Amino acid sequence: MQFWVVQGLNSLALGGLLFLLASGFSLIFGLMRLANLTHGAMFMLGAYIGAGLMRSVDGVSLWVAAIAGGLGVALFGWVLERFILRRLPDNPLGQVLVTLGVAFIIADACLLIWGGDPIPIPAPSYLARPLFVGGFAFPAYRLVVVLIALAAAAGLYVMIERTRLGAMIRAGVDDMQMARAVGIPVSRLFSIVFCLGAGIAGAGGVLAGPILSAYPGLDADMLPLALIVVILGGIGSLMGAFVGSFIIGIIYTFGTALLPDLAYIILFLPMIVVIAFRPQGLFGHVSA
Amino acid sequence: MNKVLMLLFVAGLAIIPLVSGDFYINLATQILIAAVFALSLNLLVGYGGLTSLGHVAFLGLSAYICAWTSTKLGVAPLVAIGLSLVITTIMSALFGLIALRATGLGFLMITLAISQVLWGLAYRWASVTNGDNGISGLTRPSLFGLSLDSASSFYWLTLIISIFAFILMAAFAMSAFGSSLQGTRDQARRMRALGYNVWLIRWITFIYSGFWAAVAGLLYVYYNKYIHPSALSVTASAEALLAVIAGGAGTLGGPIVGAALLVFLKNYASSFVERWNMLLGFIFVLIVLLMPDGIVPGVQRLIRRMRGAQS
Amino acid sequence: MSHATPALEIVGLNKVFGGLRATQDVNLHIVQGDRRLLIGPNGAGKTTLFNQITGDIIPTSGQIKLFGQDVSKLRPDQRAHLGLSRTYQIITLFPKNTILHNVALGLLGLSNERWNLFRPMARASHLHDEAQTILESVGLGAMSNKLVSQIAYGEKRRLEIALALAQKPKVLLLDEPLAGLSTQERLTVKNLIANIPKETTVVLIEHDMDTALDLAESVTLLHYGKVIVDGTREDVISDPRTREVYLGH
Repeated sequence: MQFWVVQGLNSLALGGLLFLLASGFSLIFGLMRLANLTHGAMFMLGAYIGAGLMRSVDGVSLWVAAIAGGLGVALFGWVLERFILRRLPDNPLGQVLVTLGVAFIIADACLLIWGGDPIPIPAPSYLARPLFVGGFAFPAYRLVVVLIALAAAAGLYVMIERTRLGAMIRAGVDDMQMARAVGIPVSRLFSIVFCLGAGIAGAGGVLAGPILSAYPGLDADMLPLALIVVILGGIGSLMGAFVGSFIIGIIYTFGTALLPDLAYIILFLPMIVVIAFRPQGLFGHVSA
Repeated sequence: MNKVLMLLFVAGLAIIPLVSGDFYINLATQILIAAVFALSLNLLVGYGGLTSLGHVAFLGLSAYICAWTSTKLGVAPLVAIGLSLVITTIMSALFGLIALRATGLGFLMITLAISQVLWGLAYRWASVTNGDNGISGLTRPSLFGLSLDSASSFYWLTLIISIFAFILMAAFAMSAFGSSLQGTRDQARRMRALGYNVWLIRWITFIYSGFWAAVAGLLYVYYNKYIHPSALSVTASAEALLAVIAGGAGTLGGPIVGAALLVFLKNYASSFVERWNMLLGFIFVLIVLLMPDGIVPGVQRLIRRMRGAQS
Repeated sequence: MSHATPALEIVGLNKVFGGLRATQDVNLHIVQGDRRLLIGPNGAGKTTLFNQITGDIIPTSGQIKLFGQDVSKLRPDQRAHLGLSRTYQIITLFPKNTILHNVALGLLGLSNERWNLFRPMARASHLHDEAQTILESVGLGAMSNKLVSQIAYGEKRRLEIALALAQKPKVLLLDEPLAGLSTQERLTVKNLIANIPKETTVVLIEHDMDTALDLAESVTLLHYGKVIVDGTREDVISDPRTREVYLGH
């Protein structure tokens, strides 16, 4: 029983981290028609910025590190969008290849700066001990990660459904030409959404630290999961990213625990079912 | 004129082992293998307009099947080779069914996801793949009693297979079917109205391309006598895609030029600096920003302009 | 007339996009050899109707029959093999290829040679000869080796039609074949359409009434996705509802 409780919480925590990664990826894809393959690397870059900061400066808490990681990666995203991606309008293929190239550069730069050994990121000491409820031990930090992901989902939901910015994003996702025609400042919107997506991924990387730590290859481990989440949930759909993240979190965690050899094949099955019967994803209305 | 040049080129390739040492022979072998692989990817990317970021799935699958059946089941080389080609081609048909539910970026993401799943599987399914240790201990078979252990004999075999592969892929691209394929790339909707089954054309191409990637995988695994999960990494897919795009997608010579440049660069640059991934990333960004058509079309344009100036 | 199987028959066709009813209970009965003109204001659902006939868009409900055969479940390419062909309002050609290759692709589509994986296209001389003949019939024979990207707009319009004629269609859908042409060019294309073999059934969308009415034998007026009037040219022109749709009173 303890196994199911712990693995259940682990899968929710992984789902929460995946949501922090996939929500930005999905929003960027939905709005800008851009498959940002840098997203996994941004997650890793965030983790390293956070880890480096906590290691070199005394007394920096995980939360400060997460904010710093988020801001650092958002700034990086701004530069990437403003100075490179914007030079390739109407060239989705060129944009993807550039983001792939930049992902390689980031990954290698992280290796150069922080070395090949994993850097652990400690959870705050008050969350390091498990929480005992009803005779079960809950890893407290994972609970907090789930809560943060839920808060982020709620925040993004309110932003998209209730604010002026969100209304513009929705209009752009639905019909870009129409959005341009009614005078929405599309290029500024692109910058904002790209920075936002990058920032959430960066902060997510730091928050993942106490669970996964910062290590070379974190990007390559996370990106496929995020891709599958987005294919599953539907491109440009926040709800899809949310549901998809937790489905994949659960499948991957239990798959790894029960059938460690074949966890990756099990990941595949929901993706195939969705592509076969609902190519636009569970919640998407735009076909990939 | 063109045929004479091509024969001279092939003759030049054939005498490489007579005039150089093992290092260059091996380099040339690597280039040929990379070229066969890039040519197979080019059928999808260049002629079909279907940008796959997961093409190594087929190279890796074929290499792993060959290595696994040979070393763990102890089957004869011909059986291992046959199994690799047949199973990989069947898998490419199945993966094609999934990936071709989409085109454009959706296709790219699905192919990437498929190859990443296989990459993860190669690491984790240790009872079959040996995980991070990879599968070693594969020996090259002998051909009609001739040993393929020396660098030069394996090079010649690779050269013969590469020429064969090039001819069959070039014929495919220039055939009536190839014309249809290029039509689906440029104007899929019109092609449907003209009576073409666009989906089927793409699927057949996906399978044919997967078959030649499997051939490249066999050459790869017999050349290295070893296979490691990194052969399935996104970096490996990206290198092949870069070879196609840098050389010139949708041209017959482009992927060969691109593969040659990439193998040279990887061998030379990585002996000076250990930052191959970073270099690869920078090349990607620069090629896309500065030379989106690729090298071969760029040079062709230049030659046309010079001829035009003469006449 | 009613005893003969119509070349194209549409029964109770509906198409709903979101909340918009683009096609509403459309019934059409077009006999073989007819020259049918589809008219109606912008947004009347004319092109949407074409797209459903060809299979590019799947109708919400209803049936489409070609020579009595229900083709509603068939893919666009299967319908092409039954003798359906179309042109596009927005030029839809192969810009990287020569004009000759464009028409050859039109011929290849209905030939089993298209599945030949290894025979060079360049050696399919019968396709190229036939394509050249077709190009000459539309007055483009002299420029067959030019790339589509190098020819003028009016020539592209004619190539659109040549590509469709290469399929030797039994039913031909022409979507605004005169759009954007000069007076002189209009005349050329009009003659081209007038010379289409009589056994071919032609359905035409066109805004240039002067030219189009000359070509038409029967006319269908669409408005907000509905058939308003349907009949011979004279009947539709004189019908008060036609005036109402166009003049708004």
